[in-house]
Amino acid sequence: MPDNIETHLAFWYLAAASVAASLLMVSVRNPVHSAISLVVVIFHVAGFFAILGSGFLAVAQIAIYAGAIVVLFLFTLMMLDLRHLPEERVTHRQLWLGIPLALLLAVEAVVIGAGTPEVRESIKGAFPPATVSELGGSAEALAVALFNDYTLPFLGASVMLTAATVGAIVLARRIEEHERADFPRQRAQTSAANGADSAAQAEQAAQAAQESPR
Amino acid sequence: MTLNGFLVVGALIFSIGAMGVLIRRNAIVMLMSIELMLQGANVTLAAFSAYLDDQAGFVLVIFSLTVAAAEVAVGLAILVALSRVYPVVNVDQLDSLRG
Repeated sequence: MPDNIETHLAFWYLAAASVAASLLMVSVRNPVHSAISLVVVIFHVAGFFAILGSGFLAVAQIAIYAGAIVVLFLFTLMMLDLRHLPEERVTHRQLWLGIPLALLLAVEAVVIGAGTPEVRESIKGAFPPATVSELGGSAEALAVALFNDYTLPFLGASVMLTAATVGAIVLARRIEEHERADFPRQRAQTSAANGADSAAQAEQAAQAAQESPR
Repeated sequence: MTLNGFLVVGALIFSIGAMGVLIRRNAIVMLMSIELMLQGANVTLAAFSAYLDDQAGFVLVIFSLTVAAAEVAVGLAILVALSRVYPVVNVDQLDSLRG
């Protein structure tokens, strides 16, 4: 990563703006404004990825988060139509408990982050900048790592995405009235079938008991 | 600009997300705060990956993006299904499983 004054300025700007937008996101009342602040945070985190030398991740971050996830949030907000729902009430107990706990977590995490020792040369890995540029860039280096060492997790992630898609469709599907009426009937039918089964089993057992003495 | 700077920013974003989960009661904003926590973790992963000259952190960020997308899809589907039965968005009012 380049160590010049522009990168430093970019880092400090991104740090200040992302933390400010995060604070804005959790503090504004309107969920739509929260979603917009989340987009701002996402763009600035993408900037972090860019100055860390992974332009591919920066683009993927903007495409996936800002392009898909936040849009999904906004669609859900539109579908739920919050104006007709009761207002969110944040009680004093939540504030008095939540803010100190979050501050404690922040202090702990910041102390650990600030106290992390510098990276020694001896533990550096297999992708120094020279190797990355030799491979053709950040996207290629990422692909080499992803499709050689992490093939199985990659396949697992695709299975998980399929399961999540199917699950989301099943969960959000409107249950039709006749389907709803089917539930008790089905249960009655299955229990009747079970009852018949158990009666048949009892008969068989009785026959077996009669036959066994012979 | 050292590794520590990125770690501190990641820690701050994560903590602000945790604060959002703790103090907000709107289920959608809580889901967004969880996304914020994932973003903080992503910054940390990417920073370690860049400073250690190892692509594993960047790969993990990709998996984190995947998990975030799946989590949001299922979470929002649950919210939509829930809002048909109970037209509330405040999670404190959703206590019908309480004994």
